[in-house]
Amino acid sequence: MNKEEIIAELKTIIKPYSEETAAFESIDEDTDFLTDLKINSANLVDIVLDIEEKFNIEIDNDSMAKMLTVKATVEVIESKRGNGGQ
Amino acid sequence: MISNRVVITGLGVCAPNGIDLATFTHSIKNGISGITHQPDLETLGFSCQIAGKPQLSDEKVAEYFSPLELRNLNSTGIIYGVIAGLDAWKDAGLEKSANEEPDWESGTIFGTGTSGIDKFRWAINKIDDMEIRKLGSSVVVQTMASGVSAFIAGKLGLGNQVSTNSAACATGVESILLAYDRIKSGRAKRMLAGSTSDSGPYIWGGFDAMKVCTFKHNHEPKKGSRPMSATASGFVPGSGAGAMVLESLESALSRKAKIYAEVLGGDLNSGGQRGLGTMTAPNPVAVQRCIKKAIENAGIRADEIEVINGHLTATTKDALEIENWKAALNRSKDDFPYINSLKGLVGHCISAAGSIESVASVLQLSEGFIFPNINCEDLNPAITDLVDQSRIPQRLIYKPFNFLAKASFGFGDVNACIILKKYHYE
Repeated sequence: MNKEEIIAELKTIIKPYSEETAAFESIDEDTDFLTDLKINSANLVDIVLDIEEKFNIEIDNDSMAKMLTVKATVEVIESKRGNGGQ
Repeated sequence: MISNRVVITGLGVCAPNGIDLATFTHSIKNGISGITHQPDLETLGFSCQIAGKPQLSDEKVAEYFSPLELRNLNSTGIIYGVIAGLDAWKDAGLEKSANEEPDWESGTIFGTGTSGIDKFRWAINKIDDMEIRKLGSSVVVQTMASGVSAFIAGKLGLGNQVSTNSAACATGVESILLAYDRIKSGRAKRMLAGSTSDSGPYIWGGFDAMKVCTFKHNHEPKKGSRPMSATASGFVPGSGAGAMVLESLESALSRKAKIYAEVLGGDLNSGGQRGLGTMTAPNPVAVQRCIKKAIENAGIRADEIEVINGHLTATTKDALEIENWKAALNRSKDDFPYINSLKGLVGHCISAAGSIESVASVLQLSEGFIFPNINCEDLNPAITDLVDQSRIPQRLIYKPFNFLAKASFGFGDVNACIILKKYHYE
Protein backbone atom coordinates (compact mmCIF):
# COMPACT_ATOMS: atom_id res chain seq x y z
CA MET A 1 0.00 0.00 0.00
CA ASN A 2 1.55 3.31 -1.08
CA LYS A 3 1.24 6.68 0.55
CA GLU A 4 -1.72 7.78 -1.59
CA GLU A 5 -3.61 4.61 -0.76
CA ILE A 6 -2.91 5.07 2.94
CA ILE A 7 -4.19 8.67 2.78
CA ALA A 8 -7.33 7.48 0.98
CA GLU A 9 -7.99 4.94 3.75
CA LEU A 10 -7.26 7.59 6.34
CA LYS A 11 -9.86 9.88 4.79
CA THR A 12 -12.62 7.34 5.23
CA ILE A 13 -11.58 6.86 8.85
CA ILE A 14 -11.49 10.59 9.62
CA LYS A 15 -14.67 11.59 7.82
CA PRO A 16 -17.15 11.07 10.70
CA TYR A 17 -14.98 13.05 13.11
CA SER A 18 -14.82 16.30 11.15
CA GLU A 19 -17.54 18.77 10.28
CA GLU A 20 -15.14 20.97 8.29
CA THR A 21 -16.28 19.74 4.89
CA ALA A 22 -14.11 22.05 2.79
CA ALA A 23 -10.93 21.31 4.74
CA PHE A 24 -11.75 17.62 4.64
CA GLU A 25 -12.20 17.57 0.86
CA SER A 26 -8.84 19.27 0.30
CA ILE A 27 -7.01 17.00 2.73
CA ASP A 28 -3.26 16.58 2.05
CA GLU A 29 -0.09 15.67 3.93
CA ASP A 30 0.05 19.02 5.71
CA THR A 31 -3.50 18.86 7.05
CA ASP A 32 -3.62 19.23 10.84
CA PHE A 33 -6.36 17.27 12.62
CA LEU A 34 -7.05 19.87 15.28
CA THR A 35 -6.48 23.22 13.58
CA ASP A 36 -7.62 22.38 10.03
CA LEU A 37 -10.22 19.66 10.53
CA LYS A 38 -11.36 21.00 13.95
CA ILE A 39 -11.55 17.47 15.32
CA ASN A 40 -12.37 17.31 19.02
CA SER A 41 -9.06 16.39 20.67
CA ALA A 42 -10.85 13.74 22.75
CA ASN A 43 -11.63 11.92 19.50
CA LEU A 44 -7.95 11.51 18.51
CA VAL A 45 -7.80 8.30 20.55
CA ASP A 46 -10.83 6.99 18.67
CA ILE A 47 -9.16 7.74 15.34
CA VAL A 48 -6.06 5.85 16.48
CA LEU A 49 -8.22 2.85 17.43
CA ASP A 50 -9.89 2.94 14.01
CA ILE A 51 -6.46 3.10 12.33
CA GLU A 52 -5.19 0.14 14.36
CA GLU A 53 -8.16 -1.91 13.29
CA LYS A 54 -8.05 -0.87 9.64
CA PHE A 55 -4.32 -1.44 9.17
CA ASN A 56 -4.02 -4.29 11.64
CA ILE A 57 -1.26 -2.59 13.59
CA GLU A 58 -0.69 -1.59 17.19
CA ILE A 59 0.28 1.98 17.99
CA ASP A 60 2.27 2.76 21.13
CA ASN A 61 1.72 5.85 23.28
CA ASP A 62 4.77 7.72 21.94
CA SER A 63 3.71 7.24 18.33
CA MET A 64 0.14 8.18 19.19
CA ALA A 65 1.31 11.50 20.62
CA LYS A 66 2.86 12.40 17.24
CA MET A 67 -0.25 11.69 15.18
CA LEU A 68 -1.58 15.22 14.86
CA THR A 69 -1.17 15.67 11.11
CA VAL A 70 -1.80 13.50 8.08
CA LYS A 71 1.95 13.37 7.35
CA ALA A 72 2.94 12.20 10.84
CA THR A 73 0.11 9.70 10.87
CA VAL A 74 1.09 8.20 7.54
CA GLU A 75 4.68 7.88 8.79
CA VAL A 76 3.53 6.04 11.91
CA ILE A 77 1.33 3.72 9.85
CA GLU A 78 4.16 3.00 7.40
CA SER A 79 6.67 2.29 10.14
CA LYS A 80 4.33 0.00 12.05
CA ARG A 81 3.41 -1.89 8.91
CA GLY A 82 7.10 -2.30 8.17
CA ASN A 83 7.67 -3.67 11.66
CA GLY A 84 5.57 -6.78 11.45
CA GLY A 85 2.33 -5.29 10.14
CA GLN A 86 1.06 -7.03 7.06
CA MET B 1 -36.12 39.50 47.13
CA ILE B 2 -37.02 38.17 43.68
CA SER B 3 -39.86 35.66 43.66
CA ASN B 4 -40.93 34.70 40.16
CA ARG B 5 -43.99 32.61 39.42
CA VAL B 6 -42.96 29.45 37.59
CA VAL B 7 -44.95 27.80 34.81
CA ILE B 8 -44.59 24.74 32.62
CA THR B 9 -44.37 25.54 28.91
CA GLY B 10 -43.10 22.34 27.33
CA LEU B 11 -43.43 18.58 27.84
CA GLY B 12 -41.47 15.64 26.49
CA VAL B 13 -41.64 11.95 27.26
CA CYS B 14 -40.05 8.68 26.22
CA ALA B 15 -42.09 6.06 28.04
CA PRO B 16 -42.81 2.35 27.70
CA ASN B 17 -46.35 3.15 26.47
CA GLY B 18 -45.47 6.10 24.25
CA ILE B 19 -42.25 7.58 22.90
CA ASP B 20 -43.81 10.93 22.07
CA LEU B 21 -46.27 13.17 23.86
CA ALA B 22 -49.28 12.43 21.61
CA THR B 23 -48.93 8.65 21.88
CA PHE B 24 -48.29 8.83 25.62
CA THR B 25 -51.38 11.02 26.14
CA HIS B 26 -53.51 8.58 24.16
CA SER B 27 -52.11 5.64 26.13
CA ILE B 28 -52.73 7.08 29.59
CA LYS B 29 -56.28 8.14 28.69
CA ASN B 30 -57.11 4.70 27.37
CA GLY B 31 -55.29 2.58 29.91
CA ILE B 32 -52.81 1.22 27.37
CA SER B 33 -50.00 -0.65 29.07
CA GLY B 34 -46.37 -0.59 27.93
CA ILE B 35 -45.35 -3.66 29.92
CA THR B 36 -43.98 -6.48 27.77
CA HIS B 37 -42.25 -9.82 28.17
CA GLN B 38 -38.43 -9.47 28.10
CA PRO B 39 -36.71 -12.50 26.56
CA ASP B 40 -33.31 -11.43 27.92
CA LEU B 41 -34.62 -11.46 31.50
CA GLU B 42 -36.06 -14.93 30.95
CA THR B 43 -32.78 -16.20 29.50
CA LEU B 44 -30.89 -14.81 32.49
CA GLY B 45 -33.22 -16.53 34.96
CA PHE B 46 -34.86 -13.44 36.43
CA SER B 47 -37.80 -14.01 38.74
CA CYS B 48 -39.57 -11.09 37.06
CA GLN B 49 -39.38 -11.46 33.29
CA ILE B 50 -41.61 -8.53 32.33
CA ALA B 51 -40.72 -4.86 32.19
CA GLY B 52 -41.58 -1.47 30.75
CA LYS B 53 -39.17 -0.31 28.05
CA PRO B 54 -39.63 2.43 25.44
CA GLN B 55 -39.94 0.93 21.96
CA LEU B 56 -37.44 2.90 19.88
CA SER B 57 -36.43 2.32 16.27
CA ASP B 58 -32.89 3.08 15.06
CA GLU B 59 -34.40 5.74 12.79
CA LYS B 60 -35.99 7.52 15.74
CA VAL B 61 -32.75 7.52 17.74
CA ALA B 62 -30.84 8.81 14.70
CA GLU B 63 -33.03 11.93 14.70
CA TYR B 64 -31.48 12.98 18.00
CA PHE B 65 -27.81 11.96 17.72
CA SER B 66 -25.05 12.56 15.18
CA PRO B 67 -23.64 9.56 13.27
CA LEU B 68 -20.44 9.87 15.31
CA GLU B 69 -22.34 9.85 18.62
CA LEU B 70 -24.33 6.83 17.45
CA ARG B 71 -21.20 4.79 16.70
CA ASN B 72 -20.43 4.01 20.31
CA LEU B 73 -23.69 4.91 22.00
CA ASN B 74 -24.60 2.28 24.56
CA SER B 75 -26.50 4.18 27.23
CA THR B 76 -30.26 3.75 27.07
CA GLY B 77 -30.74 6.35 29.80
CA ILE B 78 -28.97 9.02 27.78
CA ILE B 79 -30.98 8.10 24.68
CA TYR B 80 -34.31 8.35 26.55
CA GLY B 81 -33.27 11.55 28.31
CA VAL B 82 -32.13 13.31 25.15
CA ILE B 83 -35.34 12.35 23.31
CA ALA B 84 -37.60 13.56 26.15
CA GLY B 85 -35.50 16.66 26.79
CA LEU B 86 -35.22 17.83 23.20
CA ASP B 87 -38.91 17.10 22.61
CA ALA B 88 -39.87 19.21 25.64
CA TRP B 89 -37.70 22.06 24.39
CA LYS B 90 -39.31 21.92 20.97
CA ASP B 91 -42.78 21.60 22.48
CA ALA B 92 -42.11 24.83 24.39
CA GLY B 93 -41.45 26.55 21.06
CA LEU B 94 -37.79 27.03 21.89
CA GLU B 95 -34.90 26.69 19.48
CA LYS B 96 -31.49 25.12 19.90
CA SER B 97 -28.95 27.89 20.39
CA ALA B 98 -27.50 28.08 16.88
CA ASN B 99 -24.80 30.68 17.37
CA GLU B 100 -21.53 30.61 19.29
CA GLU B 101 -23.07 32.27 22.34
CA PRO B 102 -24.54 29.89 24.94
CA ASP B 103 -28.09 30.58 26.10
CA TRP B 104 -27.09 32.02 29.49
CA GLU B 105 -30.66 32.22 30.76
CA SER B 106 -31.46 28.52 30.19
CA GLY B 107 -30.18 25.48 32.04
CA THR B 108 -31.12 21.94 32.93
CA ILE B 109 -31.40 19.73 35.97
CA PHE B 110 -31.78 16.25 34.55
CA GLY B 111 -31.57 13.43 37.03
CA THR B 112 -30.70 9.77 36.88
CA GLY B 113 -29.85 6.89 39.19
CA THR B 114 -27.06 5.37 37.11
CA SER B 115 -25.75 6.25 33.70
CA GLY B 116 -24.82 4.01 30.81
CA ILE B 117 -24.87 0.79 32.77
CA ASP B 118 -24.43 -1.29 29.57
CA LYS B 119 -21.53 0.91 28.52
CA PHE B 120 -20.00 0.49 31.95
CA ARG B 121 -20.28 -3.28 31.72
CA TRP B 122 -18.62 -3.24 28.30
CA ALA B 123 -15.78 -1.07 29.63
CA ILE B 124 -15.27 -3.26 32.71
CA ASN B 125 -15.03 -6.36 30.54
CA LYS B 126 -12.49 -4.66 28.25
CA ILE B 127 -10.38 -3.64 31.22
CA ASP B 128 -10.47 -7.12 32.73
CA ASP B 129 -9.50 -8.56 29.34
CA MET B 130 -6.36 -6.38 29.38
CA GLU B 131 -7.76 -4.16 26.63
CA ILE B 132 -7.89 -0.82 28.41
CA ARG B 133 -6.59 0.92 25.27
CA LYS B 134 -9.72 -0.05 23.37
CA LEU B 135 -12.09 1.97 25.55
CA GLY B 136 -11.79 5.03 23.34
CA SER B 137 -13.21 8.40 24.34
CA SER B 138 -16.87 7.53 24.77
CA VAL B 139 -16.86 5.68 28.11
CA VAL B 140 -16.54 8.61 30.49
CA VAL B 141 -19.20 10.83 28.95
CA GLN B 142 -21.72 7.99 28.86
CA THR B 143 -21.05 6.59 32.32
CA MET B 144 -20.61 9.80 34.32
CA ALA B 145 -23.82 10.42 36.25
CA SER B 146 -24.20 13.82 34.61
CA GLY B 147 -23.85 12.37 31.09
CA VAL B 148 -27.53 12.93 30.33
CA SER B 149 -27.54 16.61 31.31
CA ALA B 150 -24.24 17.13 29.49
CA PHE B 151 -25.58 15.61 26.24
CA ILE B 152 -28.78 17.66 26.44
CA ALA B 153 -27.00 20.91 27.28
CA GLY B 154 -24.59 20.47 24.39
CA LYS B 155 -27.36 19.88 21.91
CA LEU B 156 -29.36 22.90 23.09
CA GLY B 157 -26.45 25.22 23.91
CA LEU B 158 -27.57 25.77 27.50
CA GLY B 159 -25.47 28.28 29.44
CA ASN B 160 -27.09 28.34 32.87
CA GLN B 161 -26.80 25.61 35.52
CA VAL B 162 -26.32 22.19 33.93
CA SER B 163 -26.38 19.33 36.39
CA THR B 164 -27.79 15.95 37.31
CA ASN B 165 -29.59 15.21 40.55
CA SER B 166 -30.05 11.80 42.11
CA ALA B 167 -32.51 10.82 44.83
CA ALA B 168 -33.46 7.25 43.91
CA CYS B 169 -37.12 7.01 42.90
CA ALA B 170 -37.75 10.60 44.03
CA THR B 171 -35.25 11.92 41.46
CA GLY B 172 -37.78 13.14 38.89
CA VAL B 173 -39.87 15.19 41.28
CA GLU B 174 -36.74 16.52 42.93
CA SER B 175 -35.39 17.77 39.57
CA ILE B 176 -38.59 19.77 39.04
CA LEU B 177 -38.31 21.36 42.46
CA LEU B 178 -34.63 22.20 42.04
CA ALA B 179 -35.35 23.80 38.68
CA TYR B 180 -38.35 25.61 40.14
CA ASP B 181 -36.22 27.12 42.91
CA ARG B 182 -33.66 28.38 40.41
CA ILE B 183 -36.27 30.22 38.36
CA LYS B 184 -38.23 31.42 41.35
CA SER B 185 -35.11 33.04 42.80
CA GLY B 186 -34.36 34.76 39.48
CA ARG B 187 -31.17 32.88 38.68
CA ALA B 188 -32.50 31.40 35.44
CA LYS B 189 -35.37 32.19 33.07
CA ARG B 190 -35.87 28.66 31.83
CA MET B 191 -34.84 25.25 33.16
CA LEU B 192 -35.35 21.89 31.52
CA ALA B 193 -36.29 19.58 34.39
CA GLY B 194 -36.43 15.86 33.94
CA SER B 195 -35.00 12.48 34.74
CA THR B 196 -34.15 9.23 33.04
CA SER B 197 -33.47 5.59 33.84
CA ASP B 198 -31.54 2.91 31.97
CA SER B 199 -33.18 -0.28 30.71
CA GLY B 200 -32.09 -3.86 30.96
CA PRO B 201 -30.93 -6.67 33.21
CA TYR B 202 -28.01 -4.79 34.78
CA ILE B 203 -30.20 -2.02 36.16
CA TRP B 204 -33.14 -4.24 37.09
CA GLY B 205 -31.15 -7.20 38.45
CA GLY B 206 -30.57 -5.72 41.89
CA PHE B 207 -34.29 -5.17 42.41
CA ASP B 208 -35.07 -8.68 41.19
CA ALA B 209 -32.62 -10.07 43.74
CA MET B 210 -34.26 -8.04 46.51
CA LYS B 211 -37.54 -9.82 45.66
CA VAL B 212 -39.39 -6.53 45.36
CA CYS B 213 -40.54 -7.28 41.78
CA THR B 214 -43.50 -9.49 40.93
CA PHE B 215 -42.84 -12.99 39.63
CA LYS B 216 -46.46 -13.99 39.23
CA HIS B 217 -47.31 -12.44 35.90
CA ASN B 218 -44.59 -13.52 33.47
CA HIS B 219 -47.26 -15.10 31.28
CA GLU B 220 -49.48 -11.98 31.28
CA PRO B 221 -47.25 -8.88 31.16
CA LYS B 222 -50.03 -6.32 30.87
CA LYS B 223 -51.69 -7.61 34.04
CA GLY B 224 -48.43 -7.61 35.99
CA SER B 225 -48.26 -4.10 37.39
CA ARG B 226 -51.11 -3.85 39.89
CA PRO B 227 -50.97 -0.76 42.12
CA MET B 228 -53.66 -0.74 44.83
CA SER B 229 -54.82 -4.25 43.91
CA ALA B 230 -55.45 -7.00 46.45
CA THR B 231 -53.26 -9.17 44.26
CA ALA B 232 -50.39 -6.67 43.98
CA SER B 233 -47.27 -8.75 44.42
CA GLY B 234 -44.37 -6.41 43.75
CA PHE B 235 -43.50 -3.82 41.16
CA VAL B 236 -42.69 -4.31 37.49
CA PRO B 237 -39.42 -2.60 36.56
CA GLY B 238 -39.61 0.14 33.96
CA SER B 239 -37.43 2.69 32.22
CA GLY B 240 -37.62 5.80 30.08
CA ALA B 241 -37.51 9.54 30.64
CA GLY B 242 -39.78 12.50 31.18
CA ALA B 243 -38.97 16.18 30.82
CA MET B 244 -40.59 19.57 31.15
CA VAL B 245 -39.59 23.14 30.45
CA LEU B 246 -40.06 25.33 33.51
CA GLU B 247 -40.06 29.03 32.86
CA SER B 248 -40.75 32.26 34.69
CA LEU B 249 -44.31 33.41 34.07
CA GLU B 250 -42.93 36.70 32.80
CA SER B 251 -40.74 34.98 30.21
CA ALA B 252 -43.56 32.64 29.13
CA LEU B 253 -46.03 35.52 28.69
CA SER B 254 -43.52 37.73 26.88
CA ARG B 255 -42.97 35.09 24.21
CA LYS B 256 -46.63 34.06 24.19
CA ALA B 257 -45.77 30.47 25.06
CA LYS B 258 -48.40 27.83 25.69
CA ILE B 259 -48.72 27.40 29.46
CA TYR B 260 -49.63 23.89 30.61
CA ALA B 261 -49.72 24.52 34.35
CA GLU B 262 -48.13 26.46 37.18
CA VAL B 263 -45.76 24.95 39.73
CA LEU B 264 -46.97 26.42 43.02
CA GLY B 265 -44.29 24.86 45.18
CA GLY B 266 -43.36 21.67 46.94
CA ASP B 267 -41.08 20.06 49.43
CA LEU B 268 -38.16 17.66 49.71
CA ASN B 269 -37.28 15.82 52.90
CA SER B 270 -36.07 12.58 54.41
CA GLY B 271 -37.23 10.36 57.22
CA GLY B 272 -33.63 10.07 58.32
CA GLN B 273 -34.01 6.28 58.43
CA ARG B 274 -35.38 6.78 61.91
CA GLY B 275 -38.66 5.55 63.39
CA LEU B 276 -40.24 3.21 60.81
CA GLY B 277 -37.93 4.58 58.12
CA THR B 278 -35.06 2.46 56.81
CA MET B 279 -32.85 2.45 53.75
CA THR B 280 -35.73 0.86 51.84
CA ALA B 281 -38.89 1.72 53.83
CA PRO B 282 -40.41 5.18 54.23
CA ASN B 283 -40.81 6.86 57.57
CA PRO B 284 -44.54 7.78 57.51
CA VAL B 285 -43.95 10.82 59.69
CA ALA B 286 -41.60 12.21 57.05
CA VAL B 287 -43.93 11.36 54.16
CA GLN B 288 -46.82 13.19 55.81
CA ARG B 289 -44.61 16.11 56.73
CA CYS B 290 -43.35 16.37 53.13
CA ILE B 291 -46.91 16.54 51.78
CA LYS B 292 -48.00 19.07 54.40
CA LYS B 293 -44.94 21.26 53.85
CA ALA B 294 -45.46 21.12 50.09
CA ILE B 295 -49.02 22.42 50.48
CA GLU B 296 -47.85 25.09 52.89
CA ASN B 297 -45.06 26.09 50.51
CA ALA B 298 -47.58 26.28 47.64
CA GLY B 299 -49.72 28.67 49.65
CA ILE B 300 -52.93 26.66 49.36
CA ARG B 301 -55.08 24.66 51.78
CA ALA B 302 -55.01 20.87 52.08
CA ASP B 303 -58.73 20.72 51.28
CA GLU B 304 -58.08 22.29 47.87
CA ILE B 305 -56.21 19.27 46.49
CA GLU B 306 -58.52 17.58 43.96
CA VAL B 307 -56.29 14.96 42.38
CA ILE B 308 -53.30 13.00 43.65
CA ASN B 309 -50.85 11.23 41.42
CA GLY B 310 -49.29 8.81 43.86
CA HIS B 311 -46.06 6.88 44.03
CA LEU B 312 -48.04 3.61 44.46
CA THR B 313 -45.66 0.96 43.16
CA ALA B 314 -47.84 -2.17 43.58
CA THR B 315 -46.24 -3.49 46.72
CA THR B 316 -47.65 -4.00 50.19
CA LYS B 317 -46.74 -0.36 50.91
CA ASP B 318 -49.56 1.03 48.74
CA ALA B 319 -52.05 1.05 51.63
CA LEU B 320 -49.55 2.81 53.86
CA GLU B 321 -49.09 5.50 51.21
CA ILE B 322 -52.85 6.09 51.01
CA GLU B 323 -52.97 6.29 54.79
CA ASN B 324 -50.20 8.91 54.70
CA TRP B 325 -52.02 11.01 52.10
CA LYS B 326 -55.23 10.77 54.08
CA ALA B 327 -53.56 11.89 57.30
CA ALA B 328 -51.50 14.65 55.64
CA LEU B 329 -54.53 16.09 53.84
CA ASN B 330 -56.83 15.47 56.83
CA ARG B 331 -59.52 13.84 54.68
CA SER B 332 -62.33 11.45 55.43
CA LYS B 333 -63.05 8.25 53.53
CA ASP B 334 -65.54 9.97 51.23
CA ASP B 335 -63.93 13.34 50.54
CA PHE B 336 -60.54 11.92 49.63
CA PRO B 337 -59.21 13.37 46.32
CA TYR B 338 -59.14 11.26 43.18
CA ILE B 339 -55.94 9.22 43.19
CA ASN B 340 -54.16 7.35 40.44
CA SER B 341 -50.90 5.60 39.73
CA LEU B 342 -49.17 5.56 36.36
CA LYS B 343 -47.19 2.48 37.34
CA GLY B 344 -50.04 0.16 36.29
CA LEU B 345 -49.32 1.29 32.71
CA VAL B 346 -45.53 1.67 32.59
CA GLY B 347 -44.19 -0.12 35.65
CA HIS B 348 -41.84 1.51 38.10
CA CYS B 349 -39.47 3.55 35.98
CA ILE B 350 -37.04 3.92 38.93
CA SER B 351 -35.19 7.25 38.66
CA ALA B 352 -37.42 8.29 35.71
CA ALA B 353 -40.67 7.52 37.55
CA GLY B 354 -41.14 10.97 39.05
CA SER B 355 -40.67 12.82 35.80
CA ILE B 356 -42.74 10.53 33.55
CA GLU B 357 -45.52 10.58 36.15
CA SER B 358 -45.23 14.37 36.46
CA VAL B 359 -45.68 14.71 32.70
CA ALA B 360 -48.84 12.60 33.06
CA SER B 361 -49.94 14.81 35.96
CA VAL B 362 -49.47 18.02 33.98
CA LEU B 363 -51.40 16.58 31.02
CA GLN B 364 -54.32 15.76 33.33
CA LEU B 365 -54.41 19.29 34.73
CA SER B 366 -53.94 20.96 31.41
CA GLU B 367 -56.53 18.95 29.49
CA GLY B 368 -58.92 18.33 32.38
CA PHE B 369 -58.99 14.55 32.71
CA ILE B 370 -58.10 11.88 35.24
CA PHE B 371 -56.51 8.82 33.69
CA PRO B 372 -57.81 5.39 34.75
CA ASN B 373 -56.02 3.06 37.13
CA ILE B 374 -55.64 -0.36 35.57
CA ASN B 375 -55.24 -3.80 37.14
CA CYS B 376 -56.98 -2.87 40.39
CA GLU B 377 -60.43 -4.29 39.64
CA ASP B 378 -59.77 -6.23 42.84
CA LEU B 379 -58.97 -3.26 45.07
CA ASN B 380 -56.96 -3.99 48.19
CA PRO B 381 -59.46 -4.07 51.10
CA ALA B 382 -56.89 -2.32 53.29
CA ILE B 383 -57.20 0.60 50.84
CA THR B 384 -61.00 0.58 50.48
CA ASP B 385 -61.19 0.65 54.27
CA LEU B 386 -59.39 3.99 54.07
CA VAL B 387 -60.95 5.64 51.03
CA ASP B 388 -64.11 5.11 49.02
CA GLN B 389 -63.51 3.16 45.83
CA SER B 390 -65.04 5.97 43.77
CA ARG B 391 -61.87 7.91 44.62
CA ILE B 392 -59.80 5.39 42.67
CA PRO B 393 -61.08 5.77 39.09
CA GLN B 394 -60.85 2.76 36.83
CA ARG B 395 -62.37 4.58 33.86
CA LEU B 396 -61.21 7.79 32.24
CA ILE B 397 -62.88 10.83 33.79
CA TYR B 398 -63.12 14.13 31.94
CA LYS B 399 -63.26 16.85 34.56
CA PRO B 400 -61.62 20.26 34.72
CA PHE B 401 -59.80 20.76 38.01
CA ASN B 402 -57.30 23.16 39.51
CA PHE B 403 -55.00 21.53 42.05
CA LEU B 404 -52.94 18.36 41.81
CA ALA B 405 -50.40 16.91 44.23
CA LYS B 406 -47.67 14.61 42.94
CA ALA B 407 -45.26 12.78 45.20
CA SER B 408 -42.46 10.27 44.79
CA PHE B 409 -40.64 8.37 47.51
CA GLY B 410 -37.25 6.72 47.22
CA PHE B 411 -34.69 4.43 48.78
CA GLY B 412 -32.68 6.25 51.37
CA ASP B 413 -36.00 7.28 52.97
CA VAL B 414 -36.27 10.36 50.74
CA ASN B 415 -39.48 12.13 49.75
CA ALA B 416 -40.48 14.72 47.16
CA CYS B 417 -43.87 16.37 46.64
CA ILE B 418 -44.95 19.08 44.21
CA ILE B 419 -48.17 21.03 43.94
CA LEU B 420 -49.37 21.93 40.45
CA LYS B 421 -52.15 24.31 39.48
CA LYS B 422 -54.03 24.70 36.24
CA TYR B 423 -53.07 27.96 34.60
CA HIS B 424 -55.89 30.33 33.73
CA TYR B 425 -54.98 33.04 31.24
CA GLU B 426 -55.83 36.44 32.69
